[in-house]
Amino acid sequence: MPPTFESCASAPQPMVPRVTPVTRFVRESADVFTFDLAPGCAASFAPGQFNMLYAFGVGEIPISISGDAQAPERLTHTIRAVGPVSAALGKLKAGDRVGLRGPFGVGWPIEEHKGFDVLLIAGGIGLAPLRPVVYWLLRHRAAYGRVGVLYGARAPDDLIFRSELEEWRRTPDFQLRVAVERAGPEWAGDVGYVTPLLSKLRFDPADAVAMICGPEVMIRATALALEDAGIADSRIFISMERNMKCAIGHCGHCQFGPLFICKDGPVHSYASVRNLLACREL
Amino acid sequence: MKDIADLLRHHPFAEGLDDDTLALVAGCAKNVVLQPGDYFFREGAAADAFYLVRHGAVALETFVPGRGVFSFLTVKSGEMLGADWLIPPYRSSFDARAVELTRAIAFDGKCLRGKCEADPRVGYEMMKRFIPPLVKRLQSARMQALGMYDAADV
Repeated sequence: MPPTFESCASAPQPMVPRVTPVTRFVRESADVFTFDLAPGCAASFAPGQFNMLYAFGVGEIPISISGDAQAPERLTHTIRAVGPVSAALGKLKAGDRVGLRGPFGVGWPIEEHKGFDVLLIAGGIGLAPLRPVVYWLLRHRAAYGRVGVLYGARAPDDLIFRSELEEWRRTPDFQLRVAVERAGPEWAGDVGYVTPLLSKLRFDPADAVAMICGPEVMIRATALALEDAGIADSRIFISMERNMKCAIGHCGHCQFGPLFICKDGPVHSYASVRNLLACREL
Repeated sequence: MKDIADLLRHHPFAEGLDDDTLALVAGCAKNVVLQPGDYFFREGAAADAFYLVRHGAVALETFVPGRGVFSFLTVKSGEMLGADWLIPPYRSSFDARAVELTRAIAFDGKCLRGKCEADPRVGYEMMKRFIPPLVKRLQSARMQALGMYDAADV
């Protein structure tokens, strides 16, 4: 009998993790992995939202959902192992369990921008929070104008979602440009910083919306390049991660000026945070 | 058949350049075609030319002993290739290898430097075209040097 999924809307308190089994584990690169969770209920989420994942006995971290928002029975997360919690999550295998809270936060404003050209710019693991937007666009392709994806990574071996990148590259009406910072002679693609590739995409800046996810230094440089290309700062959106702990705006760890990253974000319009990004005391 | 001035006129480098200046600098230029794997220039060799890429892609590379050849930038259609011809001792700092069939306009560096020296107006027009891509590449190189795709340690 196929599993049935009750709604998570009536889930218990947001601070209480649900013990959740890992159903699939995939290694994307040397330090990046993807796993699916069976949430036990239809955990509907919006592209750009995140969950809190708890590695028992080690700690809890915020991780953006990297799967398909229209397949909510499978919660997918893609993680780079760089610290103790993410390293512990990287040792899981199918059948192991994690603590799950969420989904939390404000996602990408993709439904609100039907009819627009859409540009997605990702750096490193930043492609993971944008992948749900790609799925959305592929499902609703006719509702949008031109679509362009720029993806930058350290080296060819660090690229994630490789088979999907090839699918996207072959998709008609879908512009994909990938750049790595360094590569051996076997790499035939672009080498360099990702932002200059903007000039290779076709879009109408007056009718374009852009979404950026990556390290903050890349976000700042990319947002300025998008403005230089003629896109208004109110139509540039960024996803941020700064010290999120409770995920519901209570603890204050992720306070960012008048905002809480976890509750008011992680997706923000660039217009609303550009001055805050320049403030080093925050 | 297009002459070299026609080819140059259609390259972004020449945007806004008046006909006289265009004809003058075209006198230092020729059309070149490189096959995949051919080198425009090699590290340490005399930097006596620069190129405006018309079609194709060029990998800028350097060799790291024990690790092999690394590419750090791809130069593509509409872009400029080579800057070492601008400053003494006019020596190439890295390799430039065509990664696909590449067509480019090649400029004799000494010839063009001479025309810039002789007519500062021409020199200024050239400088306005060389500096922006060089500054953008410097900015990009800084970003690459920061290793900005590394994540926080959570």
